[in-house]
Amino acid sequence: MPYSTEFLLTAYRTMKTIREFEERCVKEFEGGNVPGFTHVSNGQEAIAVAACIDLSDKDIIGSTHRGHGHCIAKGCDVGGMMKEIMGRATGLCKGKGGSMHIADIDKGMLGANAIVGGGPPLVNGAALAAKTLGTKNVALSFNGDGSANQGTVFEAMNMAVVLKLPHIFVYENNGYAEGTAANYGVGSNSLTERNAGFGMPAECIDGLDFFATYEALKIATERARNGDGPTAIEAMCVRFDGHFIGDPQLYRPKDEVKNARKNQDCLKIFRERVISEGWLKAAVMNAIDKEVMVEIETAVVDALAAPHPDPATDLMSDVYCSY
Amino acid sequence: MTNHSNNPTIGGKTSLKTIREAINDALREEMRRDPTVIVLGEEVSGGAGCGGEDDAYGGVFGVTKGLMPEFGRERVIDTPISEAAIIGAAAGAANNGLRPVAELMFFDFIGVSFDQIFNQAAKFRYMFGGKSKTPMVIRGTVGGGWRAGAQHSSMLHSIVTHVAGLKVVMPANAYDAKGLMVQAIRDDDPVIFLEHKVMYDIACEVPDEQYCIPFGEASFPRQGSDVTIVAISNMVTHAITVADILAKEGISCDVIDPRTVSPLDHEAILESVEVTGRLVIIDEGNPRCGLASDIAGIVAEHGFYSLKAPIRTVTAPHTPVPFAPELEDAYLPNAEKLMVAVREVLAAGQSGA
Repeated sequence: MPYSTEFLLTAYRTMKTIREFEERCVKEFEGGNVPGFTHVSNGQEAIAVAACIDLSDKDIIGSTHRGHGHCIAKGCDVGGMMKEIMGRATGLCKGKGGSMHIADIDKGMLGANAIVGGGPPLVNGAALAAKTLGTKNVALSFNGDGSANQGTVFEAMNMAVVLKLPHIFVYENNGYAEGTAANYGVGSNSLTERNAGFGMPAECIDGLDFFATYEALKIATERARNGDGPTAIEAMCVRFDGHFIGDPQLYRPKDEVKNARKNQDCLKIFRERVISEGWLKAAVMNAIDKEVMVEIETAVVDALAAPHPDPATDLMSDVYCSY
Repeated sequence: MTNHSNNPTIGGKTSLKTIREAINDALREEMRRDPTVIVLGEEVSGGAGCGGEDDAYGGVFGVTKGLMPEFGRERVIDTPISEAAIIGAAAGAANNGLRPVAELMFFDFIGVSFDQIFNQAAKFRYMFGGKSKTPMVIRGTVGGGWRAGAQHSSMLHSIVTHVAGLKVVMPANAYDAKGLMVQAIRDDDPVIFLEHKVMYDIACEVPDEQYCIPFGEASFPRQGSDVTIVAISNMVTHAITVADILAKEGISCDVIDPRTVSPLDHEAILESVEVTGRLVIIDEGNPRCGLASDIAGIVAEHGFYSLKAPIRTVTAPHTPVPFAPELEDAYLPNAEKLMVAVREVLAAGQSGA
């Protein structure tokens, strides 16, 4: 067996946790418990987990507006996350950040980001710090087919090559930049060919296949850790939900989402693979499913009971002046 | 220059329109009138290349809905998520015969595109000795109240107001939104047109015909002689609330909506303060180097001897916009905070301070 049972169980549990967290976010949003704009990543779990499963808390990731899955994969506490998304004082960012700014520096999670393309230059900085300090830590940025077209991302890619930074650029290509098709917005026929044009190894893989994604990321991460510079991985995937929760998604072909949930579900694909290979038993994963449901239910119940921030003390804290 | 009445009536038919509809009307009519007017931005139509419905968004706030079906994708251009390239393309096209209306979905995205705005578009006419014109409009949504967090809720009008060469428009009702948008499109300088995202559904009677509202002319949603309240964008709503409450107590407020903050109708503000001797400015921006302190500075410099009380400003505190509803509500200026400031200024005036 090429993977340890512990590794497989962790991978499955984390993917399932992301799935349940996101599906529950949608429900709680619809129930009026989640303020603001929320973007969920259900359908894209395999990439987040494959990218982060071998990273330590000292390795840094930078995320996107669709960042819940990356947080969970990087080890952020789901209870603290749910509280943050509901704007509670005991959330990961004390309720000041919200879904689009969720971060946990202690876990090496540099933050979701509400500016498309805002992350990669910062992740270059984390990579530069690791290189300069000789820590052997790596940095990884999550990007989308949308942010792929930002100048900030182009600049970050070029500089990562020039400075030979330990930065892995992961492109989650779910086919949609908000409500615009990737095949329209990305002028190059191939994002990966364009990435290669920056002078770094670039690969396109099936992001629904956890194992293919993991193997590609493993090589990229080792390359970064060994001081051999950046890599770009484009992982093809499917967005199960709208750009934001509540997006009517009229721009998507009819039944696309329904069919994707049926035929392009990375969790189902993982389960089928590990069962057919004889690596894990269905019963073990079913048991994990139940535990995850309980964990998410607990996170929601705790978050709903959690204290709200107090404007008298919390509005003017964490900032350098009081006017 | 100063118009001390409410919005002038224009002959012809009017309809009840929201700010969203009024801006949409202005864009549509100008596009019909002038084939050089184009609209570009992220999902200004929506669904490009997707295989589902076209015009799925019409902008995420629906302001440009219906334009693409009428004018086609050649003139209503969905762009990649590339704000610097969007603004640069608008500026370059404006120098070369088009009148682009570019959209920054959230004006916070100015950060990604700012060089093209303040170093490029804003400076062309002056820097090139008047030989160039840059007739472009940058539309962007501003302001808090949507629980959209620190990077989607900013009020960055003071930053662009600071930049010489830019005109900055901040409508507070549908009538002004339409007339100012028509003026913005026909203007030969780059115009920043800032739409407060909580105001889109606010409606009033709007003439069906096209009309321009000149820049630099304030309006007076309420007139009075006891205290002057200058209010920007959504804050006009709060100023009107306060004025109407105080009117019942026999206190009359002169509420000034500058409508454009660059150029700014200095005269209207100074003339009002000459009568009232008291000034409160309410602005949703951060306090330092902001529009409220700017207006306070103008009045302190040019209207000092009219003042019977210290000028008061009501702004957001000097923090990013928080996410949690309780914190965001505490962050935003509102009618209650304005009322406190107005009463203080009135009391100070009464005691001869």
